[in-house]
Amino acid sequence: MPTTSQPIYGLLAEFDNVEALLAAANKVRLEGYRKADAFTPYPVHGLSEALGLQKSIVPLLVFLGGAIGGLTGFFGLWFACVNYPLDIGGKPLYSWPAFIPITFEMTILGAAGMAVLSMLALNGLPRPHHPLFNSQRFQLASRDRFFICIEAADSRFDPSITRQFLQSLHPLGVEEVPE
Amino acid sequence: MTTADAISLPTSELPVVAPGHTYGTVTDQISDVVLKRKFGLRWYASVALTLSLVMLLTTAVGYLLLRGVGIWGINQPVGWGFAIINFVWWIGIGHAGTFISAFLLLLRQDWRTSINRFAEAMTLFAVSCAGVFPLIHVGRPWVVYWLMPYPNVMLLWPNFRSPLVWDVFAVSTYATVSLLFWFVGLIPDLATLRDRSRNPVLRVVFGAAAMGWRGSALHWQRYQSAYLLLAALAAPLVISVHSVVGMDFASSIVPGWHSTIFPPYFVAGAIFSGFAMVLTLAIPLRAAFKLEDFITTKHLDNCAKLMLVTGMIVAYGYSSEFFFGWYSGSNAEEFMTLNRALGPYAWSYALLIFCNIIVPQLLWFTRIRRSIVPLFIISLIVNIGMWLERFVIVVTSLHRDFMPSAWAMYTPTVWDIATLLGTIGLFLTLFLLFCRFLPVISIFEMRELVHDTAKKEAA
Repeated sequence: MPTTSQPIYGLLAEFDNVEALLAAANKVRLEGYRKADAFTPYPVHGLSEALGLQKSIVPLLVFLGGAIGGLTGFFGLWFACVNYPLDIGGKPLYSWPAFIPITFEMTILGAAGMAVLSMLALNGLPRPHHPLFNSQRFQLASRDRFFICIEAADSRFDPSITRQFLQSLHPLGVEEVPE
Repeated sequence: MTTADAISLPTSELPVVAPGHTYGTVTDQISDVVLKRKFGLRWYASVALTLSLVMLLTTAVGYLLLRGVGIWGINQPVGWGFAIINFVWWIGIGHAGTFISAFLLLLRQDWRTSINRFAEAMTLFAVSCAGVFPLIHVGRPWVVYWLMPYPNVMLLWPNFRSPLVWDVFAVSTYATVSLLFWFVGLIPDLATLRDRSRNPVLRVVFGAAAMGWRGSALHWQRYQSAYLLLAALAAPLVISVHSVVGMDFASSIVPGWHSTIFPPYFVAGAIFSGFAMVLTLAIPLRAAFKLEDFITTKHLDNCAKLMLVTGMIVAYGYSSEFFFGWYSGSNAEEFMTLNRALGPYAWSYALLIFCNIIVPQLLWFTRIRRSIVPLFIISLIVNIGMWLERFVIVVTSLHRDFMPSAWAMYTPTVWDIATLLGTIGLFLTLFLLFCRFLPVISIFEMRELVHDTAKKEAA
């Protein structure tokens, strides 16, 4: 086993099919590793459950974004129409049905903007560099390979025991990723 | 698959992706269009042609800024003319892109996967072209900030209860959300391009654009959640946009516009013209980049069917206009309806019926839906037909309304036509650039599709 003086980020196991990845992810969770993540070329159904990931809070934030957008739209219009009165055919200034289209558009705008921003912010993107990019094999994560990485920061991580554990999952290979 | 199969099989049995593909082959084939393919003479020639149309646009707009809207054919009473016709036409074309990417995603239609990316790009470029028109139609774009709600000594203030102001919100929200949706869809593919490119400059460019995407399970989880929500938000949005455009007309008292059918009939017309444009773009695209494995007969067949359905809704809209012309009991409405069909612009109405109702009936035949050349020609005819529809709505309603002493004919000038051709050039230029510099098919969704298809076959 290569011993490097460099601190390591984690151990990376490579798989070439989804079934092997899902089976491995389940074992990683059952083994008690918490700082483990999988990397796949497309969103794999059931992977979050296999790794025991928490549910995303994106929907909640999107709801908040939509609510803020909609309320801003409606009350902004109320303010603009009542404080700067335009008499059009004697119609009441606070004619709320006429506010609905803009309120609707502002709701969508707020929610959609929040969906993208919260997804990026929670994922910590943009992030120009990441230790995983040090691995040459990792480039295939955006093509046809599936990876599981157990981070050195995990309390149960031990360079040799974790490597043996990953080997037991029948990967194509296990690689040490430098920090 | 043999040619005979392509015609005789029911649509449900046509493949969405040609058999034999793996994650690796779909990734390579789509990304190679961007990374490895040489820029051929055909591409340069096409860009030269479309860029010269863009020059025509800049000339037409430049002259407009110099001389004012008097260079156009607009007059009193026809104050809207080409600017609004083209605006509505372009906005409508964009709608199929959102329809494909949002509605078909929510309805779990797997055939959407290989056409959503370029259809969304089409939406963005069409909305950009549409946006040109209201801006230059104001006549003096350099004082366009007068339209903004700010306290000023002229005592100008927008009427927020007017559909024209709703339209500003609807179209700008639509443009923003379409851009976000498209970009979010691109992120994982940009990461693929970053990882596959051997060119150091491209690696940096794609790397910066991919923002460090790693395909982590945790990231995918939030990504999918955001992507589905964006689709769920874009679906009602797209309905609202053309409804509001319809209300621009319907909330006025002009005969021929003052009609409750307008919002839904505008939405159907928008999707109709959008699918026509999707076919107009998809047919040459798949041939030029040899993407027949991914954009299969099934895609063409399904788009044609949707065109037929929405075309029939539009036909219903036309007939209801006749019904209401009679049923309203209003002389002005009755006159307008007859004048539209039999008056001085009868030629445009007849052509419209031919392009939008008669020709699309050919799509009932499986053989036609699945043959490239007839389908391409029909899609062009529908594009023209939908442009004519807006011409008919705008011009025939305005040119003879309540007061005969205020009647006038409308004739577009060479500058009107130059501006329209110019925006077509802008649209095609943007599209040609897009299809060489970004993946025209969503690669990660194709990998997902390969997996799902393999699973379905195994089951």
